[in-house]
Amino acid sequence: MMVPGQGILKGLAETARNFFGSYVSPERLVTVQYPEERLASKEAARNFPFLVFDGDDWQQGLRCVACQICEKECPPKCITIIKDTVRKPDYVGKLQFQPQRFDIDISVCMSCQICVEVCPFDAIKMDTEFELSTADRFDQLRLRKHQLAKSNHYYQRIHPVESAEVDGRLGAEKAKAEAKARK
Amino acid sequence: MSLQPFQVIPRLGSEGEPLDGEQLEISMGPQHPSTHGVFRMDLVLDGERVIRLKPVFGYLHRNHEKIGENMTYLGSMPYTDRLDYFCSLTNNWAYALAVEKLAGIQVPERAEYLRVITAELTRLQNHLSLAGFLLQDMGASGTPLMYAFRQREKILDLFESLTGARMMCNYMRFGGCRCDVPDGWLDQARLVVEEFPRFLDEFQALLDENEILMSRTQGVGVLSSALAVNAGVTGPMLRASGVNYDLRKVDHYGIYDRFSFQVPLGDHGDVYDRYMVRVLEMRESLKILESALRTLPPGPVLDPKTKLRGFRPKPGEAYGRIEAPKGELGFYLISDGSPNPYRYRVRPPSFINLTILEDLCLGHQVADVVVILGSVDIVLGEVDR
Repeated sequence: MMVPGQGILKGLAETARNFFGSYVSPERLVTVQYPEERLASKEAARNFPFLVFDGDDWQQGLRCVACQICEKECPPKCITIIKDTVRKPDYVGKLQFQPQRFDIDISVCMSCQICVEVCPFDAIKMDTEFELSTADRFDQLRLRKHQLAKSNHYYQRIHPVESAEVDGRLGAEKAKAEAKARK
Repeated sequence: MSLQPFQVIPRLGSEGEPLDGEQLEISMGPQHPSTHGVFRMDLVLDGERVIRLKPVFGYLHRNHEKIGENMTYLGSMPYTDRLDYFCSLTNNWAYALAVEKLAGIQVPERAEYLRVITAELTRLQNHLSLAGFLLQDMGASGTPLMYAFRQREKILDLFESLTGARMMCNYMRFGGCRCDVPDGWLDQARLVVEEFPRFLDEFQALLDENEILMSRTQGVGVLSSALAVNAGVTGPMLRASGVNYDLRKVDHYGIYDRFSFQVPLGDHGDVYDRYMVRVLEMRESLKILESALRTLPPGPVLDPKTKLRGFRPKPGEAYGRIEAPKGELGFYLISDGSPNPYRYRVRPPSFINLTILEDLCLGHQVADVVVILGSVDIVLGEVDR
């Protein structure tokens, strides 16, 4: 036979346990005081895409060869690429096209990572930067090539495991190309 | 309980004559906090009682199916995340299953296990948020919802370290999953699964025997099994009415045959049963998870023959369905051999479960409508598409 109100008291005891427990047990107090406290970014975390460049000069080192695959495959069509007529050498020294213009409208982008998956040149990767508020919701949310270009060191910092795999693959290709050139 | 629409309840006036009760028509929503999104109900009330209810939806219509017909097969995958945004991984699975049937793609063993693991984690976090919101709708403001969300956050952290996003996972591909688990992920997942029953015990102690909860939910919004079957209701709502129908057992999709779990059934079909069936389903999901995490085999996670770009299945049609946390989620695809599907149709569980809302609410008070709607477990992203 249950005493009336017993269930309510049982529930209140649970609430009290959680309340007082939050002073001693970190498991019961999980709130992070953003922006003073921040959680570490995860390896797989993704927000918006950026363009990777090698070396110090972002225009010379840009990996993108303006093949426009990502532009075609992007589901919400947020990427705009215009091919440049001037070519530049890529990381193995082969002459390749380059984008004259590469815009990503991040108000349209849905962070699906499909551009990264289809890129055969490892030129576009996902960023983890999320504090992107601007005063203008049209032009400043359309990121231009110079805003998108970020160095390989930055990529290695935000995605250590993934970039090690990419660097290993690209390094092997470069060594193969150099060995072929020497012959 | 058996009031007909438009029927005026006769009441005796001071002269002993019946008075005409005045009907009041109110529009509840679309921006009502209890409607779980942009959803409107046109209620006709007699006093506090509901005598007619018309659900009005479509405020969140995004042309999902037409977009899918103009999109490559791969391009539709991130859009399926946005159907039922609580359970993006089960949406991915249902869509991938339909395309795999269409093109006859085999899925590697490890990918099947990862699919089961992620789908059951999705079920856990969906039922957690449902229980939290349902209790919040009943006026238990804050406490149960915050407890549920504290636990749900641990599962979302797992999703983030596996797929890169907490909710818009976009994880599955035709022929497997996008990537393998990162180092240490399985241990984290095992830890979450291990401590989950302790949380569920606490959560149940908090409110299961609460007298107010019982009087608000027991006998409210009773759904008979005959109506549930006739209206095509699926998922925990159907099982709360006592019909033993779970696609994981019936359809044998994926590798669910290898796990032993039970299907919890209710016998009253009221709001309390719907709540309890979901809580019990979480415990069954934990059994599956525990077993799947223990027996996860090594191997590839994506069929190496899978083509992501330029994927053109042969002409034909396929229907892939899974037991999503809310019910039967199906994708129907017709291919004409081009890179885009000729027809792309979604069978959303919460939309079909919502069609019987009027039958559940007639004769109840306005405050009960909120509770009944909460127990149906709708997500407007899926209802309106």
